[in-house]
Amino acid sequence: MDRKIDPALLRGLSQRRYDRRDVMKLFGVGAGLGAAGLTLAACGVKGAKQAPADQDAVAKYWADKKQNGHLDFATWALYMPKDQAPLKAFTKETGITVNYQEVIQDDPSWYGKIQPQLAADKPIGYDLMVVTNGMELDKLVEFGYLAPLDHSRLPNYTQNADPIYRNEAYDKGNVYSIPYTSGYTGIAYNPAYVKEPITKIAQLWDPKYAGKIGMMKDPQELGNFGMLLLGINPETSTPADWTRAAAKLREQKPLVRAYVAQDYTKSLANGDLWICQGWSGDIFQENASNGSNLQFVVPEEGGTIWTDNMMIPKTAANPVDAVMMMDYFYRPQVAADLTEFINYVTPVPSTKDLIAKHAAASTGDDKKTLEEILTRPLVYPTAADLAKLKRYPSLKSADEQKTYQNTFLPISSG
Amino acid sequence: MGSLRARFTPYALMLPGGLWLAIFFVIPTLILLQFSLMTGNEADGYQFTFHWQNYSDALSTYYPQFIRSLEYGGTATVLGIALSYPVAYWIAFKGGARKSTYLFLILLPFFVSFVLRTISWQFLLSDNGMVLGPLKDAGLLPPDFHILQTSVAVVGGLTYNYLPFMVLPIYVALERVDPGVVEASYDLYSSRTQSFLKVIFPLSLPGVFAGVLMNFVPAASDYVNAEVLGGPDNTMIGNIIQDQALTVRDYPTATALSATLMLALLVGIFAYARALGTETVLQAAAR
Repeated sequence: MDRKIDPALLRGLSQRRYDRRDVMKLFGVGAGLGAAGLTLAACGVKGAKQAPADQDAVAKYWADKKQNGHLDFATWALYMPKDQAPLKAFTKETGITVNYQEVIQDDPSWYGKIQPQLAADKPIGYDLMVVTNGMELDKLVEFGYLAPLDHSRLPNYTQNADPIYRNEAYDKGNVYSIPYTSGYTGIAYNPAYVKEPITKIAQLWDPKYAGKIGMMKDPQELGNFGMLLLGINPETSTPADWTRAAAKLREQKPLVRAYVAQDYTKSLANGDLWICQGWSGDIFQENASNGSNLQFVVPEEGGTIWTDNMMIPKTAANPVDAVMMMDYFYRPQVAADLTEFINYVTPVPSTKDLIAKHAAASTGDDKKTLEEILTRPLVYPTAADLAKLKRYPSLKSADEQKTYQNTFLPISSG
Repeated sequence: MGSLRARFTPYALMLPGGLWLAIFFVIPTLILLQFSLMTGNEADGYQFTFHWQNYSDALSTYYPQFIRSLEYGGTATVLGIALSYPVAYWIAFKGGARKSTYLFLILLPFFVSFVLRTISWQFLLSDNGMVLGPLKDAGLLPPDFHILQTSVAVVGGLTYNYLPFMVLPIYVALERVDPGVVEASYDLYSSRTQSFLKVIFPLSLPGVFAGVLMNFVPAASDYVNAEVLGGPDNTMIGNIIQDQALTVRDYPTATALSATLMLALLVGIFAYARALGTETVLQAAAR
C-alpha cells in the first residue's frame, strides 16, 4: 500500500499555527480592551433615585411648554375603537394630529424599554402613555421620570372624575397621573368544563381541576391571590405575609397547568385551561369578539382592582398636546363612547346616563348590548363588589420590590 | 515598501469586522462581566465591588433550570441531527436538478416570524385541537392527555425552530463529497453501508459539527419555546435571565447567569471540539 502523507498532516506541517507569542499577543489585545471596558463604568452605575418634586415644580415644568399640533400616544391593545373615532374628533376640533400606537403589552417590559432613555433624560418617542398602578408606576414616580400635571389644564377631569380616584395611594392627589380605565382581577372559567358555580379563590386549589388550572405569572397578580386566600389585604401586606402566601401558592403548584402571561382567554375558550385568574375586560372582549361563553367572577375572598393611568414622560416633546388629550378623555360623551367599546370601569360616572340615553335611542342588537353594559358589574360595579376589591401591594423601596418579586417569581419558574 | 504593505493589508482588511466585533461584542461582554460583580439596585445605583457571591447565589438558586436548559438543548440538537441528516442526504444525492427547490421548501416556513411559528404550534397541539381532539374522540388517547406545557412540547419546538440550521450545513458538507470517492469505495468492494460509514459520514462531519454549534447554542439559551409551549416545570435559564433583567431588574443576578451560560456553552463546545479533533473544528469554523 502506498503510504502517501495524509493531506491533513501535510497541511498541519506546512501551515502557520498559533504559537505561544501569538496567543500572548491576543491576550494583550484582550487585556487592553478589558481595561477600556472597565474604565467605562469603573465607578459603578449611578442610581436613579430623585428628590421628590418641590412645590413649584408644576409651574417650572409647564412655563416654557407650547402646543405643537402633534402627539404620540402609547397604550394597550383594544383601548380604542378600531375606527379611532374619538381621536379623529379630537384632531378635527384642535388640529392636533395623534399617532396612536398600541405598543404596551405589559408593564415590566414597557418600563424596561423606556427606562434607559428616561434615565438619560432623552424623549422616549411618546408624549402620553398608559401604565398600570404597581411597581413600575411607583418607580416612574420615585425616579422623577414623569411630568407633574398642571391641574388648571384639566378642567374636565376636575369636574367629571369619580372622586374615589383622587386619593389612591399610588399617586395621591393625581400629581403625575389620571386614570384611563380600571378593571378587576378575578376568576375566569369555562362553564363547558366547569360544572359548578365558581365563587371562591379556594376553588383554584381544588384537585378536581388538576392540570386545568391557570394562574398569572405576574408576581403581583399571583401574590395577591395567595394573600387574599389567606385573608390578607395585599395593600397593607408585610414580607412575612408574602412568605406565607408563597407557601400556599407552592401547595397549589402541582395542580397548575400554566402560569400565564398572555393569551389565557384563548386557552380557556379551547379547553386547555378550565379555570384561571383573569382580567374582567379580557373575558368580556373574548366573549364578544369570538362568541365564547366564558364566565368571570369576583371571588368571595376578594379580587383586586387595578387602574391604568395616563401620564406624560418628563422628557416628552409635546406635553401640552398630551395634557389636552388627557382632559379630552374626561368629557362625558367621549368617556361614554370609549366605555361602550372598552368595557372596563370608567372613571367618569356620568357616562351611565349617556349610555342609557344611547340605549334608549338604539334598536335591536345594539340596544341589547348597551343595556347589558349598564347592568354589568364589570363596568359599573355594585357597592358589594367594590367592597370586595383590594388594591395591589404598595412597594416603595427597591429592596422591598426585589424581596417581593423574588418571593413570588420562583413559583412560576420551577 | 511592497513587503510592508503586504504585511499590513490583512490587518487593514480585518479592521471593519474587527471594530464591529470590538464595539458590539467585546465591550458589551466586558460590561456584562463587570455588572455581574456589582452590588446595588436600580434606585441607589450599582457599585463595582468584586461581589463573586452573585455567581454562587444565582447558581445555587437556579442550577435546576441551568441543567434543564443544557438537557433540552442537547436533546433538541440530537433530534435535529436525526431528522436533518436523512433529509440533507436525500437532497444532496437524490435531489437531482430540483435541489434548490427542495432547499427552498425547507426554508419556506422560516420566512414567518419565529414567535408566530411557535404560537402556531400552541394552536396545533392544543388539548382538544386539530391533532389531539380527533384522537381523543376516537378513544385512542385518555381525555386528560396533553402535550402543551410538557418537556416534549418544548424540546419539539426547539428542534423544529432550529431545523434549517442543521439541514443546511449538513447538506453543504454532503454536497461537497466527491462522487468519485464514493465510487472508488464501491470499486474496492465496500457495501453501501460500509461506504456510508467509512467514506460519506466522516466527510460530512464538519457539516454536522457546524449544525450542532448553530443548534445547541441558541437552543440552550432559548426562552420563547419554554414560554409559549412549556409549563411551570419547563422553565429554561433564558426565561430566568429575562425575568431577572426585565421584571426584577436585578442586573447583577441576570448578568452573572448570562456569563455562566456563556462560559458553560464555550466549555461544552471546546470539549466537543477536542473529542472530534481540532482540525474538523477549524474547518467547520472556516465555513
